[in-house]
Amino acid sequence: MSLVVSAISVRKAAKPILADVSFTAPSGAVTGLIGPNGAGKSTLLAALLGLVPATGAASFQGHDLPAMPRRDRARMVALVEQSASTEERLSVRDVVALGRIPHESAWQSAPSSADAAIIDAALADTGMTAYATRRFDTLSGGEQQRVHLARALAQQPRLLLLDEPTSHLDIAGQLQLMALLRTKAAAGVTVLIALHDLNLAARFCDHLVLLSGGTRAAEGPPGEVLTPALLQAVYGVTARLVPDPQAGRPLIVYDEAVPRTSPQIPD
Amino acid sequence: MTRLTLPALSLLVFLSAVIAVTLGPADITPGEVWSVILHHFGLLPESPVSRLRDAIVWELRLPRVFTALGVGAGLALSGTVMQALTRNPLADPYLLGLSSGAALGAVSFALIGLTLLMPVGAFFGSLGALALALLIARLLGGATPSRAILAGICISALASALTSLIIFWYATGDSYREILSWLMGSLSGSLWADAGLAALALILCSPIILLAGRPLDAFAFGDTAAAALGIDVPRLRWTLLGATALLTGIMVAIGGAIGFVGLVVPHAVRLALGSRHRILLPHAMLVGALFMLWTDTAARTLFEPRELPVGIITAVIGAPIFLIILLRYRRVT
Repeated sequence: MSLVVSAISVRKAAKPILADVSFTAPSGAVTGLIGPNGAGKSTLLAALLGLVPATGAASFQGHDLPAMPRRDRARMVALVEQSASTEERLSVRDVVALGRIPHESAWQSAPSSADAAIIDAALADTGMTAYATRRFDTLSGGEQQRVHLARALAQQPRLLLLDEPTSHLDIAGQLQLMALLRTKAAAGVTVLIALHDLNLAARFCDHLVLLSGGTRAAEGPPGEVLTPALLQAVYGVTARLVPDPQAGRPLIVYDEAVPRTSPQIPD
Repeated sequence: MTRLTLPALSLLVFLSAVIAVTLGPADITPGEVWSVILHHFGLLPESPVSRLRDAIVWELRLPRVFTALGVGAGLALSGTVMQALTRNPLADPYLLGLSSGAALGAVSFALIGLTLLMPVGAFFGSLGALALALLIARLLGGATPSRAILAGICISALASALTSLIIFWYATGDSYREILSWLMGSLSGSLWADAGLAALALILCSPIILLAGRPLDAFAFGDTAAAALGIDVPRLRWTLLGATALLTGIMVAIGGAIGFVGLVVPHAVRLALGSRHRILLPHAMLVGALFMLWTDTAARTLFEPRELPVGIITAVIGAPIFLIILLRYRRVT
């Protein structure tokens, strides 16, 4: 099932953060949410999860995500944040088990054997099985992010939201994470990922949504969205798009910063 | 492993209580303790224990032991919840100013003649102090652990000064002993009514807190992460902070501002058993009860016949541990 976002608007203290944002994230595909800092990427993800008051709708599998009961939503939609840390003494397995919370009954005292199998599968999917008993706070940033993804997978989501999950990862970590998301998308999970790195977006996303100043500036396949004209308008950079013969996707080469020409929401 | 620790700890609490009752200026044997208890439950019509010794056990030591167990369990539980909810390893009812606020609330109610409603005043005092601490931390630019502690120091200083002033104002003669027992905490002179009140507070608050064990785990990575796992964050936060303020308020109304129990006990249990709250919360309760029982037993026996306010002992143990935690977590502060 596709995620159909229609006319989502968010105001914070009477100031518009998002204005009438509409787009479709196709099912079983990786959709990249791109745009400069302050474009509203994180706010949009928060609005989809009902974490900030918003108008408009986001329909997925017959439900309006922002309006549905939070527990039901958490069984269907999982979120991976930029870099979530903790002071608690938790093992990797404990962290992944958090993903079962929306599925557990209030009286359940320990994970059931079905829960345990799902946790094992999520650990295996992310290559973290060998780390299961390690303390979470002793892992590297890349490893921690894989654990977060495993936790999200343990929620058994049909829709996976990620908020710039690659920001603190080294290149190998970024590639591993994106490859994992492609596998999950191929298995039928709808993936919506906010990304800073446009080359990563061009390389691994099937579909892109470009936000600018709280509005949707463009939507479509990477080849259509990543054009020199749009990049200059929204990001304020001159850039060339060089075809990569091997991957069949464009490479972005930046030249210089220039004034933006994008429409901004008036205050 | 954790399957056996709860029954083992319960047994330890029970044995400790029996032993603690026998300790003190008058030598009492465990057998005499049992005789007194059975006698008062009507199961032993002819008690072999003299009336004086019976009174020492039944009127002095037993209520005090039960009060210590209840107060310790309550303070440890409060600290555990506050640390999880505010993601602040340094959170503790005493350090955030709740205990001083509760003491101020209690003596204020006494001042206006509502002596019987002192626990209610203590509840409002701790609730007010908590709200103030969180507000000040937010004004400083977000409730980070160190800002919350700084706010707590400010509230504590003011509330303690006002508490001392009120006692000094209405007390006739030597008010320093009473001031000290409110500010440092003391279980001296605990009655069955105190033990009953502590038990009542635990019966009211601990089920709410213990049932929230699993949702509290979801706070490990912050509010957004908890909300994304389907937790109603504002509702759970205010319910639990309310329960914590009530628990702290009543325990302070009984024993004064006994510090560091809510800091030391949860950290010790976390170190041994990890951070899963289904396990952590009940263990913290029992360890808190044990900790308070033995520190209070030390307080009344170390310098007998003189009594030391138990808060002095908990501070001597707790302050260095606070420093260790501070050093370990310096990157978050």
